[in-house]
Amino acid sequence: MPSVDRSVLSFGQTSTYATEFVSALLEPARSTPPLICAPNGKAATRRYNIYRNNVTVSLINALAATFPATLRITGEAFFRAMARAHVRANPPTSPLLFEYGRDFPAFIERYEYAQSMPWLVDVARIERAWLDSYHSDDVPPLPPQALASIRSDELGGIVLVPHPATRIVFSRYPAVSVFVANRSHDPVGRIEATGAEAALVTRPVLDVAVHILPPGGFAFLDCLIKGETLGTAVAVAMGECPEFDLSVSIAGMLQAGAFTAIERGGMRE
Amino acid sequence: MGRLAVQPEFRESHAARFPEHPIAARVGTSFKHEHLTAILADSAYAGFFEVHAENYMGAGGPPHHALARIRSDYPLSLHGVCMSIGGPQPLDRAHLARFKGLIERYEPSLVSEHLAWSTHDTTYFNDLLPLPYTEASLARVADHIDEVQEAIGRSILLENPSTYLVFRESTMCETEFIRALVKRTGCGLLLDINNVFVSAANLGFSALEYLADYPIQYVGEIHLAGHVEQQDDEGSVLLIDSHDGPVADAVWKLFDVVLASTGPMPTLVEWDSAIPAWAVLKAEATAAQRILDRHATTPGSGNANAIS
Repeated sequence: MPSVDRSVLSFGQTSTYATEFVSALLEPARSTPPLICAPNGKAATRRYNIYRNNVTVSLINALAATFPATLRITGEAFFRAMARAHVRANPPTSPLLFEYGRDFPAFIERYEYAQSMPWLVDVARIERAWLDSYHSDDVPPLPPQALASIRSDELGGIVLVPHPATRIVFSRYPAVSVFVANRSHDPVGRIEATGAEAALVTRPVLDVAVHILPPGGFAFLDCLIKGETLGTAVAVAMGECPEFDLSVSIAGMLQAGAFTAIERGGMRE
Repeated sequence: MGRLAVQPEFRESHAARFPEHPIAARVGTSFKHEHLTAILADSAYAGFFEVHAENYMGAGGPPHHALARIRSDYPLSLHGVCMSIGGPQPLDRAHLARFKGLIERYEPSLVSEHLAWSTHDTTYFNDLLPLPYTEASLARVADHIDEVQEAIGRSILLENPSTYLVFRESTMCETEFIRALVKRTGCGLLLDINNVFVSAANLGFSALEYLADYPIQYVGEIHLAGHVEQQDDEGSVLLIDSHDGPVADAVWKLFDVVLASTGPMPTLVEWDSAIPAWAVLKAEATAAQRILDRHATTPGSGNANAIS
């Protein structure tokens, strides 16, 4: 291991090549850094452009791989222009590319040319949630009958621990229907849904599944994910949505593998 | 990726030990998830698989399930892409810990990284960026290799880059730089023959002279890959290390020349974009295996003077 002093010293001495080399990588208007050349001292603009191109195109491709439905909705040229603007403004800060694109939905929301498609940002959020679910930890979900053995007077006090793969996304538009239609390889027909839709994304075993939450389901699950008791979650959901049906919501969520454990009095069971 | 019928075992599987599979004198291919079903149905394949470490640094899910399936049946080579060993700034300790975790979990036969860098300050550029060859960068890269090897408790194979340009400040050539790194750190080498060919064409040197000056006795793995042709500012040919097609004839020829020096050596056919059907990739591996097998039976193979 290098000692701390030496590390600081040699960093100071050798940092110029990296600083200079990256100075124009994401900025096409800047000229080729003078520290490099072609053999025999000749111009290296096209040679430097290989790196510029690799960086930008590979990161656009990474976004295209994470957001395929968004790409299908906007078309290739629109998507790549939008992704290029995002890559230049917000390049990744982690070498793990499956972590890249967390800011992309917010970028889409502000992107001038996407304003006519207000549901696009929600589709992108579902796609980002899908990838998080895909890479999340493998733990067994709570079985559907897990609550059957709990006394009814104790139910209100329990906490349902979300499964690591569980994500929820709320949309004022039918974003889940749009997502599902555009993630398949089939032709996209007319989307009949018109109202708000909330997505529940789960991966109980290997396959990521995206479900539409029933009325009040988003408020209910949002509370549970934040660690509130079942009783509080029911009260919040009923307050926000009079049609909230506890048994339908909870059965669907357990069936989808949304939880991994039950806690009572702070103890996991 | 396709649906998998087998249920993953949960946490317990992390502690499970995989069988040992010999990798010497075998040919491998890049492992791509879209090939998993075809690979599992192909009992005739006797090669190894190489994966990019970063693709398996998520907590769980289908990538780990697929890799565990592959690892239980085949030898594995773990190829790091983003360690930024060739950069001036300190290594990312969290990334190094993830790398170490993968090695412990999957017990790969081979572990390699690049003579390149990809992160500067906090930005990850997702490309293998070049470095100048100076005494200062040599000391820095040697420290980084020491740090990686100390962390993972084993030596790594360091891959020579594909090069498109030179740094004015460089004071030594690439082979000199690599030789000094081997001497200082005890690391082994991953000789990417396509990269040698691409760099030689781009920088106007002889690939054979490069190989004659390269410390070939420290090679522990060979890479072969395809490249494409473009033009530079002067209209000269510029070869791009694209990994998107079959291995070029000239690279096959150099492979033959290298094997005459090294003897049979684990050899990977890399194919990372425009990925073909498994049968096409396997055919490329079979072609490499034929050349390897010829060197396994040729008297005098392993002669260190074969490249001169």
